[in-house]
Amino acid sequence: MSGTGPSTVAIANLNPEADAVRALAPGTREALAELLLTMADDEFVSGFTDSEWTGIAPLLEEDVAISSISQDELGHARALYQLLAGVLADGRDQDALAYDREPHEYRHARLLDHPRGDWADTIARRFLYELADEARLTSIGGAYRPLADLVEKLRREERYHRMHLLAWIDRLARGGEEPRRRLEEALVALGPDASTVFTPLAGERVLIDAGILTRTLGEAEAAWRADLSTVLVPLGLPMPPHASDTEDARRGHSDSFRWLWGEFTAVRRSEDGATW
Amino acid sequence: MVMAAPHTTSLGPVGPRAIMAALDQVADPEIPAVSIVELGMIGCIDVEPDRIVVELLPTFVGCPALEMIRDAVSDRLAEFGREVRVDISFATPWSTDRISPAGREKLRGSGFAPPPPTRPGRGLPMLGAAEAPVACPYCGSLRTTLENVFGPTQCRSIRHCADCRQPFESFKPV
Repeated sequence: MSGTGPSTVAIANLNPEADAVRALAPGTREALAELLLTMADDEFVSGFTDSEWTGIAPLLEEDVAISSISQDELGHARALYQLLAGVLADGRDQDALAYDREPHEYRHARLLDHPRGDWADTIARRFLYELADEARLTSIGGAYRPLADLVEKLRREERYHRMHLLAWIDRLARGGEEPRRRLEEALVALGPDASTVFTPLAGERVLIDAGILTRTLGEAEAAWRADLSTVLVPLGLPMPPHASDTEDARRGHSDSFRWLWGEFTAVRRSEDGATW
Repeated sequence: MVMAAPHTTSLGPVGPRAIMAALDQVADPEIPAVSIVELGMIGCIDVEPDRIVVELLPTFVGCPALEMIRDAVSDRLAEFGREVRVDISFATPWSTDRISPAGREKLRGSGFAPPPPTRPGRGLPMLGAAEAPVACPYCGSLRTTLENVFGPTQCRSIRHCADCRQPFESFKPV
Protein backbone atom coordinates (compact mmCIF):
# COMPACT_ATOMS: atom_id res chain seq x y z
CA MET A 1 0.00 0.00 0.00
CA SER A 2 1.37 3.37 -0.90
CA GLY A 3 1.25 6.43 1.25
CA THR A 4 -1.31 8.04 -0.97
CA GLY A 5 -3.53 4.97 -1.31
CA PRO A 6 -6.74 5.36 0.63
CA SER A 7 -7.09 9.11 0.51
CA THR A 8 -6.43 9.67 -3.19
CA VAL A 9 -9.82 9.83 -4.82
CA ALA A 10 -9.62 11.72 -8.04
CA ILE A 11 -6.51 12.55 -9.91
CA ALA A 12 -6.08 16.11 -11.01
CA ASN A 13 -3.25 16.16 -13.49
CA LEU A 14 -0.86 18.25 -11.46
CA ASN A 15 0.40 20.52 -14.16
CA PRO A 16 -1.12 19.56 -17.50
CA GLU A 17 0.00 22.77 -19.13
CA ALA A 18 3.67 22.32 -18.25
CA ASP A 19 3.50 18.77 -19.67
CA ALA A 20 1.87 20.04 -22.85
CA VAL A 21 4.51 22.75 -23.29
CA ARG A 22 7.32 20.23 -22.75
CA ALA A 23 5.85 17.99 -25.44
CA LEU A 24 6.10 20.71 -28.11
CA ALA A 25 8.92 20.61 -30.65
CA PRO A 26 10.89 23.89 -30.65
CA GLY A 27 9.56 24.99 -34.06
CA THR A 28 6.01 24.21 -33.01
CA ARG A 29 6.47 26.13 -29.81
CA GLU A 30 7.56 29.21 -31.73
CA ALA A 31 4.65 28.92 -34.16
CA LEU A 32 2.17 28.42 -31.32
CA ALA A 33 3.52 31.51 -29.54
CA GLU A 34 2.89 33.55 -32.69
CA LEU A 35 -0.70 32.27 -32.95
CA LEU A 36 -1.40 32.94 -29.27
CA LEU A 37 0.09 36.43 -29.48
CA THR A 38 -2.13 37.41 -32.42
CA MET A 39 -5.25 35.98 -30.76
CA ALA A 40 -4.49 37.60 -27.40
CA ASP A 41 -3.62 40.99 -28.91
CA ASP A 42 -6.80 40.98 -31.02
CA GLU A 43 -8.96 40.30 -27.96
CA PHE A 44 -7.04 42.74 -25.78
CA VAL A 45 -7.07 45.69 -28.19
CA SER A 46 -10.70 45.20 -29.24
CA GLY A 47 -11.73 44.88 -25.59
CA PHE A 48 -9.88 48.00 -24.57
CA THR A 49 -11.12 50.03 -27.53
CA ASP A 50 -14.76 49.26 -26.81
CA SER A 51 -14.41 49.66 -23.05
CA GLU A 52 -14.13 53.35 -23.96
CA TRP A 53 -17.91 53.26 -24.49
CA THR A 54 -18.61 52.60 -20.81
CA GLY A 55 -20.69 55.50 -19.57
CA ILE A 56 -21.29 57.05 -22.99
CA ALA A 57 -22.99 54.32 -25.07
CA PRO A 58 -26.12 55.48 -26.90
CA LEU A 59 -28.57 53.62 -24.63
CA LEU A 60 -28.32 52.56 -20.99
CA GLU A 61 -28.92 48.90 -21.85
CA GLU A 62 -26.26 49.13 -24.52
CA ASP A 63 -23.86 50.68 -22.05
CA VAL A 64 -24.26 47.50 -19.97
CA ALA A 65 -23.92 45.25 -23.03
CA ILE A 66 -20.83 46.79 -24.63
CA SER A 67 -19.13 47.01 -21.24
CA SER A 68 -19.84 43.33 -20.60
CA ILE A 69 -18.60 42.34 -24.06
CA SER A 70 -15.42 44.37 -23.52
CA GLN A 71 -14.90 42.75 -20.13
CA ASP A 72 -15.29 39.31 -21.72
CA GLU A 73 -12.67 40.16 -24.36
CA LEU A 74 -10.18 41.43 -21.79
CA GLY A 75 -10.74 38.24 -19.79
CA HIS A 76 -10.17 36.16 -22.91
CA ALA A 77 -6.98 38.12 -23.56
CA ARG A 78 -5.80 37.42 -20.02
CA ALA A 79 -6.35 33.67 -20.45
CA LEU A 80 -4.56 33.69 -23.83
CA TYR A 81 -1.62 35.71 -22.46
CA GLN A 82 -1.37 33.19 -19.62
CA LEU A 83 -1.08 30.36 -22.14
CA LEU A 84 1.45 32.41 -24.08
CA ALA A 85 3.48 33.00 -20.91
CA GLY A 86 3.64 29.22 -20.40
CA VAL A 87 4.78 28.64 -23.98
CA LEU A 88 7.38 31.42 -24.00
CA ALA A 89 8.64 30.56 -20.49
CA ASP A 90 10.84 33.65 -20.55
CA GLY A 91 9.82 34.96 -17.13
CA ARG A 92 7.11 37.31 -18.40
CA ASP A 93 3.63 36.82 -16.96
CA GLN A 94 0.32 37.87 -18.49
CA ASP A 95 0.63 41.41 -17.17
CA ALA A 96 4.08 41.88 -18.60
CA LEU A 97 2.85 40.56 -21.95
CA ALA A 98 -0.20 42.80 -21.94
CA TYR A 99 1.41 46.01 -20.73
CA ASP A 100 5.19 45.99 -21.00
CA ARG A 101 5.58 46.12 -24.77
CA GLU A 102 6.15 49.07 -27.06
CA PRO A 103 3.32 49.92 -29.50
CA HIS A 104 5.15 48.41 -32.49
CA GLU A 105 5.41 45.03 -30.71
CA TYR A 106 1.64 44.43 -30.64
CA ARG A 107 0.36 42.03 -33.29
CA HIS A 108 -3.36 42.78 -33.46
CA ALA A 109 -4.95 42.96 -36.90
CA ARG A 110 -5.21 46.29 -38.70
CA LEU A 111 -9.01 46.02 -38.52
CA LEU A 112 -8.69 46.60 -34.77
CA ASP A 113 -6.32 49.53 -35.25
CA HIS A 114 -9.23 51.77 -36.20
CA PRO A 115 -10.41 54.23 -33.57
CA ARG A 116 -13.62 53.66 -31.69
CA GLY A 117 -15.44 56.08 -34.02
CA ASP A 118 -19.19 56.55 -33.83
CA TRP A 119 -21.68 53.85 -32.88
CA ALA A 120 -22.03 52.58 -36.45
CA ASP A 121 -18.22 52.31 -36.75
CA THR A 122 -18.09 50.29 -33.54
CA ILE A 123 -20.93 47.97 -34.59
CA ALA A 124 -19.42 47.43 -38.05
CA ARG A 125 -15.90 46.78 -36.70
CA ARG A 126 -17.07 44.50 -33.92
CA PHE A 127 -19.42 42.59 -36.22
CA LEU A 128 -16.63 41.95 -38.76
CA TYR A 129 -14.29 40.93 -35.95
CA GLU A 130 -16.68 38.69 -33.99
CA LEU A 131 -17.46 36.62 -37.07
CA ALA A 132 -13.77 36.46 -37.97
CA ASP A 133 -12.88 35.39 -34.44
CA GLU A 134 -15.43 32.57 -34.65
CA ALA A 135 -13.93 31.37 -37.94
CA ARG A 136 -10.50 31.38 -36.30
CA LEU A 137 -11.66 29.63 -33.11
CA THR A 138 -13.25 26.87 -35.18
CA SER A 139 -9.86 26.39 -36.89
CA ILE A 140 -8.15 25.39 -33.63
CA GLY A 141 -7.52 21.64 -33.40
CA GLY A 142 -7.13 19.48 -30.31
CA ALA A 143 -3.38 18.85 -30.41
CA TYR A 144 -2.43 21.49 -27.86
CA ARG A 145 -4.88 20.61 -25.11
CA PRO A 146 -4.65 23.78 -22.97
CA LEU A 147 -5.62 25.92 -25.98
CA ALA A 148 -8.32 23.53 -27.20
CA ASP A 149 -9.89 23.48 -23.71
CA LEU A 150 -9.84 27.26 -23.52
CA VAL A 151 -11.33 27.62 -27.01
CA GLU A 152 -14.22 25.35 -26.06
CA LYS A 153 -14.98 27.70 -23.19
CA LEU A 154 -14.45 30.89 -25.21
CA ARG A 155 -16.94 29.81 -27.87
CA ARG A 156 -19.68 29.44 -25.25
CA GLU A 157 -19.25 33.12 -24.42
CA GLU A 158 -18.51 34.52 -27.86
CA ARG A 159 -21.80 33.29 -29.32
CA TYR A 160 -23.60 35.90 -27.22
CA HIS A 161 -21.40 38.57 -28.74
CA ARG A 162 -22.27 37.46 -32.27
CA MET A 163 -25.96 37.29 -31.42
CA HIS A 164 -25.81 40.84 -30.11
CA LEU A 165 -23.90 42.22 -33.09
CA LEU A 166 -26.22 40.49 -35.56
CA ALA A 167 -29.16 42.20 -33.87
CA TRP A 168 -27.44 45.59 -34.15
CA ILE A 169 -26.51 45.16 -37.82
CA ASP A 170 -30.13 44.36 -38.56
CA ARG A 171 -31.36 47.27 -36.48
CA LEU A 172 -29.09 49.84 -38.13
CA ALA A 173 -29.63 48.45 -41.63
CA ARG A 174 -33.40 48.75 -41.30
CA GLY A 175 -33.31 51.78 -39.04
CA GLY A 176 -34.02 54.47 -41.60
CA GLU A 177 -31.90 56.82 -43.66
CA GLU A 178 -29.21 58.01 -41.25
CA PRO A 179 -28.46 54.77 -39.34
CA ARG A 180 -28.25 52.86 -42.61
CA ARG A 181 -26.05 55.43 -44.29
CA ARG A 182 -23.66 55.49 -41.34
CA LEU A 183 -23.49 51.70 -41.21
CA GLU A 184 -22.78 51.48 -44.95
CA GLU A 185 -20.07 54.14 -44.66
CA ALA A 186 -18.49 52.28 -41.75
CA LEU A 187 -18.52 48.95 -43.62
CA VAL A 188 -16.97 50.61 -46.68
CA ALA A 189 -14.29 52.33 -44.58
CA LEU A 190 -13.37 49.18 -42.62
CA GLY A 191 -13.83 46.74 -45.51
CA PRO A 192 -10.29 46.85 -46.92
CA ASP A 193 -8.87 45.95 -43.47
CA ALA A 194 -11.54 43.45 -42.43
CA SER A 195 -9.75 40.32 -43.58
CA THR A 196 -6.47 41.27 -41.85
CA VAL A 197 -7.57 39.03 -38.96
CA PHE A 198 -6.61 36.18 -41.32
CA THR A 199 -3.14 37.48 -42.16
CA PRO A 200 -1.08 34.31 -42.71
CA LEU A 201 1.21 33.32 -39.86
CA ALA A 202 4.85 32.47 -40.51
CA GLY A 203 4.40 29.14 -38.72
CA GLU A 204 0.99 28.25 -40.11
CA ARG A 205 2.13 25.09 -41.90
CA VAL A 206 3.93 23.90 -38.76
CA LEU A 207 0.75 24.40 -36.71
CA ILE A 208 -1.34 22.46 -39.22
CA ASP A 209 1.15 19.60 -39.32
CA ALA A 210 1.13 19.53 -35.51
CA GLY A 211 -2.70 19.47 -35.39
CA ILE A 212 -2.92 22.77 -33.52
CA LEU A 213 -4.66 24.35 -36.51
CA THR A 214 -7.05 22.31 -38.64
CA ARG A 215 -6.97 24.61 -41.67
CA THR A 216 -5.07 27.58 -43.02
CA LEU A 217 -6.19 31.08 -42.08
CA GLY A 218 -6.95 31.56 -45.78
CA GLU A 219 -9.46 28.71 -45.52
CA ALA A 220 -10.85 30.25 -42.34
CA GLU A 221 -11.26 33.52 -44.25
CA ALA A 222 -13.31 31.76 -46.93
CA ALA A 223 -15.59 30.35 -44.20
CA TRP A 224 -15.88 33.85 -42.71
CA ARG A 225 -16.86 35.33 -46.08
CA ALA A 226 -19.56 32.72 -46.50
CA ASP A 227 -20.83 33.50 -43.01
CA LEU A 228 -20.75 37.27 -43.62
CA SER A 229 -22.61 36.97 -46.90
CA THR A 230 -25.59 35.29 -45.20
CA VAL A 231 -26.02 38.47 -43.15
CA LEU A 232 -24.84 41.30 -45.41
CA VAL A 233 -26.21 40.20 -48.79
CA PRO A 234 -29.89 39.90 -47.76
CA LEU A 235 -29.66 43.36 -46.18
CA GLY A 236 -28.04 44.81 -49.31
CA LEU A 237 -24.92 45.79 -47.35
CA PRO A 238 -21.42 45.81 -48.89
CA MET A 239 -19.16 42.77 -48.47
CA PRO A 240 -15.52 43.57 -47.58
CA PRO A 241 -13.18 43.40 -50.58
CA HIS A 242 -10.23 41.01 -50.61
CA ALA A 243 -7.29 42.68 -48.93
CA SER A 244 -4.59 43.70 -51.40
CA ASP A 245 -1.90 44.48 -48.86
CA THR A 246 -1.51 42.09 -45.96
CA GLU A 247 2.26 42.41 -45.66
CA ASP A 248 2.26 44.57 -42.53
CA ALA A 249 -1.34 43.94 -41.50
CA ARG A 250 -0.35 43.07 -37.93
CA ARG A 251 2.51 45.57 -37.65
CA GLY A 252 3.00 49.29 -38.08
CA HIS A 253 0.06 50.51 -36.07
CA SER A 254 -1.96 53.71 -36.35
CA ASP A 255 -1.78 56.90 -34.31
CA SER A 256 -5.10 56.02 -32.70
CA PHE A 257 -3.61 52.75 -31.43
CA ARG A 258 -0.60 54.60 -30.06
CA TRP A 259 -3.01 56.86 -28.16
CA LEU A 260 -4.90 53.81 -26.83
CA TRP A 261 -1.58 52.22 -25.81
CA GLY A 262 -0.81 55.35 -23.78
CA GLU A 263 -4.14 54.93 -22.03
CA PHE A 264 -3.94 51.23 -21.23
CA THR A 265 -0.32 51.30 -20.11
CA ALA A 266 -0.65 54.47 -18.01
CA VAL A 267 -1.06 52.76 -14.65
CA ARG A 268 1.54 50.11 -15.34
CA ARG A 269 4.07 52.73 -16.42
CA SER A 270 3.38 54.88 -13.37
CA GLU A 271 3.91 52.01 -10.95
CA ASP A 272 6.38 49.30 -11.75
CA GLY A 273 4.82 45.86 -11.37
CA ALA A 274 1.18 47.00 -11.13
CA THR A 275 -1.07 44.00 -11.80
CA TRP A 276 -4.57 43.35 -13.18
CA MET B 1 4.85 6.85 5.92
CA VAL B 2 2.05 4.39 5.38
CA MET B 3 -1.38 5.47 6.46
CA ALA B 4 -4.01 2.81 6.77
CA ALA B 5 -6.87 5.16 7.49
CA PRO B 6 -7.72 8.67 6.33
CA HIS B 7 -5.91 11.32 8.28
CA THR B 8 -7.99 13.11 10.84
CA THR B 9 -8.22 16.67 12.03
CA SER B 10 -10.65 18.48 14.27
CA LEU B 11 -13.04 18.35 11.33
CA GLY B 12 -12.84 14.57 11.08
CA PRO B 13 -11.28 12.48 8.32
CA VAL B 14 -9.56 14.35 5.51
CA GLY B 15 -11.37 12.90 2.57
CA PRO B 16 -13.06 14.41 -0.44
CA ARG B 17 -16.36 14.50 1.42
CA ALA B 18 -14.97 16.60 4.26
CA ILE B 19 -13.28 18.89 1.77
CA MET B 20 -16.45 19.31 -0.27
CA ALA B 21 -18.35 20.09 2.95
CA ALA B 22 -15.79 22.78 3.77
CA LEU B 23 -15.93 24.19 0.23
CA ASP B 24 -19.72 24.26 0.46
CA GLN B 25 -19.18 27.04 3.01
CA VAL B 26 -17.31 29.20 0.49
CA ALA B 27 -19.85 31.64 -0.92
CA ASP B 28 -19.89 33.16 -4.36
CA PRO B 29 -18.67 36.73 -3.71
CA GLU B 30 -21.36 38.19 -5.98
CA ILE B 31 -24.28 36.00 -4.83
CA PRO B 32 -23.45 35.10 -1.22
CA ALA B 33 -26.52 32.86 -0.82
CA VAL B 34 -24.96 30.27 -3.13
CA SER B 35 -21.78 28.30 -2.52
CA ILE B 36 -19.15 27.52 -5.11
CA VAL B 37 -20.02 23.83 -4.68
CA GLU B 38 -23.68 24.51 -5.48
CA LEU B 39 -22.58 26.49 -8.52
CA GLY B 40 -20.63 23.46 -9.74
CA MET B 41 -17.29 25.27 -9.74
CA ILE B 42 -15.34 22.40 -8.17
CA GLY B 43 -13.83 19.85 -10.54
CA CYS B 44 -11.42 17.21 -9.20
CA ILE B 45 -10.20 17.08 -5.62
CA ASP B 46 -6.94 15.28 -5.01
CA VAL B 47 -6.03 14.47 -1.41
CA GLU B 48 -2.39 13.64 -0.87
CA PRO B 49 -0.59 13.01 2.44
CA ASP B 50 0.91 16.47 2.50
CA ARG B 51 -1.33 18.52 0.29
CA ILE B 52 -4.77 19.04 -1.16
CA VAL B 53 -5.23 19.94 -4.83
CA VAL B 54 -8.54 21.48 -5.87
CA GLU B 55 -9.54 22.07 -9.47
CA LEU B 56 -11.58 25.28 -9.77
CA LEU B 57 -13.72 25.75 -12.89
CA PRO B 58 -14.31 29.43 -13.76
CA THR B 59 -17.91 30.29 -14.63
CA PHE B 60 -16.68 32.82 -17.18
CA VAL B 61 -13.14 33.09 -18.54
CA GLY B 62 -12.76 36.69 -17.45
CA CYS B 63 -14.61 36.42 -14.14
CA PRO B 64 -13.06 39.13 -11.96
CA ALA B 65 -14.09 37.31 -8.78
CA LEU B 66 -11.92 34.31 -9.62
CA GLU B 67 -8.85 35.34 -7.62
CA MET B 68 -11.06 36.13 -4.64
CA ILE B 69 -12.66 32.69 -4.86
CA ARG B 70 -9.29 30.99 -5.22
CA ASP B 71 -7.99 32.75 -2.12
CA ALA B 72 -11.18 31.93 -0.19
CA VAL B 73 -10.74 28.24 -1.09
CA SER B 74 -7.15 28.28 0.16
CA ASP B 75 -8.17 30.02 3.38
CA ARG B 76 -11.08 27.67 4.00
CA LEU B 77 -8.98 24.53 3.50
CA ALA B 78 -6.02 25.79 5.53
CA GLU B 79 -7.43 24.20 8.67
CA PHE B 80 -6.82 20.73 7.25
CA GLY B 81 -3.18 21.46 8.00
CA ARG B 82 -1.77 20.70 4.58
CA GLU B 83 -0.52 22.67 1.66
CA VAL B 84 -3.46 23.69 -0.51
CA ARG B 85 -3.12 24.14 -4.25
CA VAL B 86 -5.96 25.56 -6.33
CA ASP B 87 -5.69 24.96 -10.07
CA ILE B 88 -7.88 27.14 -12.28
CA SER B 89 -8.83 24.86 -15.13
CA PHE B 90 -10.79 24.84 -18.37
CA ALA B 91 -10.31 21.10 -18.92
CA THR B 92 -13.95 20.64 -17.95
CA PRO B 93 -15.82 23.65 -19.32
CA TRP B 94 -18.11 25.07 -16.66
CA SER B 95 -21.70 25.21 -17.81
CA THR B 96 -24.85 26.53 -16.13
CA ASP B 97 -26.02 22.90 -16.27
CA ARG B 98 -23.54 22.22 -13.42
CA ILE B 99 -25.56 24.29 -10.91
CA SER B 100 -27.11 21.88 -8.39
CA PRO B 101 -30.86 21.72 -7.64
CA ALA B 102 -30.15 23.28 -4.20
CA GLY B 103 -28.14 26.00 -5.90
CA ARG B 104 -30.97 26.71 -8.32
CA GLU B 105 -33.43 27.08 -5.42
CA LYS B 106 -31.10 29.44 -3.58
CA LEU B 107 -30.64 31.54 -6.71
CA ARG B 108 -34.39 31.85 -7.04
CA GLY B 109 -34.66 32.82 -3.36
CA SER B 110 -32.14 35.61 -3.98
CA GLY B 111 -34.09 37.03 -6.90
CA PHE B 112 -32.12 35.36 -9.71
CA ALA B 113 -33.95 33.19 -12.19
CA PRO B 114 -32.03 29.92 -12.56
CA PRO B 115 -30.79 29.30 -16.09
CA PRO B 116 -32.75 27.17 -18.54
CA PRO B 117 -30.91 24.00 -19.58
CA THR B 118 -28.45 24.47 -22.43
CA ARG B 119 -28.88 22.51 -25.61
CA PRO B 120 -25.42 21.61 -26.80
CA GLY B 121 -24.99 21.38 -30.52
CA ARG B 122 -27.99 23.51 -31.26
CA GLY B 123 -25.83 26.47 -32.13
CA LEU B 124 -26.95 30.07 -32.10
CA PRO B 125 -28.77 31.59 -30.34
CA MET B 126 -28.87 30.28 -26.80
CA LEU B 127 -31.17 32.93 -25.40
CA GLY B 128 -34.16 34.41 -27.10
CA ALA B 129 -37.77 34.06 -28.07
CA ALA B 130 -37.45 30.40 -29.05
CA GLU B 131 -36.19 29.37 -25.63
CA ALA B 132 -38.24 27.78 -22.87
CA PRO B 133 -39.87 30.52 -20.78
CA VAL B 134 -37.98 31.73 -17.72
CA ALA B 135 -40.14 32.05 -14.60
CA CYS B 136 -40.09 35.29 -12.61
CA PRO B 137 -38.28 34.58 -9.30
CA TYR B 138 -40.69 36.90 -7.45
CA CYS B 139 -44.16 35.87 -8.65
CA GLY B 140 -43.53 32.73 -10.70
CA SER B 141 -45.13 34.17 -13.84
CA LEU B 142 -43.91 32.81 -17.14
CA ARG B 143 -44.79 36.05 -18.90
CA THR B 144 -41.24 37.36 -18.84
CA THR B 145 -39.12 38.87 -21.58
CA LEU B 146 -35.41 39.14 -22.17
CA GLU B 147 -34.42 42.80 -21.90
CA ASN B 148 -30.67 42.42 -22.26
CA VAL B 149 -28.52 39.32 -22.75
CA PHE B 150 -25.80 41.23 -20.90
CA GLY B 151 -26.18 42.23 -17.29
CA PRO B 152 -24.30 43.67 -14.35
CA THR B 153 -21.83 40.79 -14.33
CA GLN B 154 -20.62 38.52 -17.12
CA CYS B 155 -22.77 35.59 -16.03
CA ARG B 156 -26.08 37.43 -15.80
CA SER B 157 -28.83 38.70 -18.13
CA ILE B 158 -31.66 41.12 -17.43
CA ARG B 159 -35.32 40.13 -17.83
CA HIS B 160 -38.67 41.76 -17.08
CA CYS B 161 -41.86 40.27 -15.67
CA ALA B 162 -45.07 41.45 -17.35
CA ASP B 163 -47.20 40.41 -14.34
CA CYS B 164 -45.45 41.84 -11.29
CA ARG B 165 -43.64 44.43 -13.47
CA GLN B 166 -40.38 43.66 -11.81
CA PRO B 167 -37.05 43.59 -13.61
CA PHE B 168 -34.90 40.65 -12.53
CA GLU B 169 -31.65 38.94 -13.37
CA SER B 170 -31.18 35.48 -14.73
CA PHE B 171 -28.09 33.39 -15.27
CA LYS B 172 -26.89 33.49 -18.87
CA PRO B 173 -26.93 29.87 -20.06
CA VAL B 174 -23.46 28.76 -21.18
